[in-house]
Amino acid sequence: MDIQTQKEANATVLTLSGRMDAVTAPEFEGVIKQLIADNITSFVVDFQGLDYISSAGLRALLATAKLLKGKGGQLRFANITGTVKEVFDISGFGSIFQMHDSVAAALAEIS
Amino acid sequence: MTFETLTTNALIENLDAVIAFAEDRAEQFGLDTKKKFGLLIAVEEAFVNVCHYAYPQTPGTVSVTCGSEGEAFVVEIADHGEPFDVLSLPDPDITADIIDREIGGLGVFFIRKLTNDVSYRREEGRNILRMVLHKALPG
Repeated sequence: MDIQTQKEANATVLTLSGRMDAVTAPEFEGVIKQLIADNITSFVVDFQGLDYISSAGLRALLATAKLLKGKGGQLRFANITGTVKEVFDISGFGSIFQMHDSVAAALAEIS
Repeated sequence: MTFETLTTNALIENLDAVIAFAEDRAEQFGLDTKKKFGLLIAVEEAFVNVCHYAYPQTPGTVSVTCGSEGEAFVVEIADHGEPFDVLSLPDPDITADIIDREIGGLGVFFIRKLTNDVSYRREEGRNILRMVLHKALPG
């Protein structure tokens, strides 16, 4: 999995590509924990290039949401489509997270 | 298609090799893309469960066997750990307050949802999880 970080005016956008599995999910958690340690608490995660996610990936997202909730932060997802969306839907996670059709739409909701 | 087995140490770092093996066998069998995606998640979940729980004391191995029976693609994941039926775990409780709780059983939930049939048996000192995916899309 590749993780690109882009600082926008009101949030940091993390663009994921490749596979988010039991090997790579901890990498995502490591990157976002470091950013949170640097006092960044508003995030948009762009799933456009992600073509696989397992329960390990969902757990990493849940752990991130939990961490940010404790700090009064924000976490929004964009471009969850195709097979990755099916995994969100099957698990019920689709209704837990704040999901948007584009990064721009997600950024517009960051307060 | 004959059955082939990949045996490896039960370590997360071997996930890529296990997934590549299962994907190659599924493609040889002709499993369609959507079902193959479900298969690979189910294989990951089963393999990761073995890595995390089968060998709490000493390292051990896991065997992944893939083959076909008629129009069905069959995967068996076997370990030599203490007897444990992963299918005995309850489904996860996923509601909005999940963010405040720990989540358990999600991997097994995916295995159930993404395969046509899954069963557990204890045989010759091994835990064997058998997963079956039909070639045709479920009607």
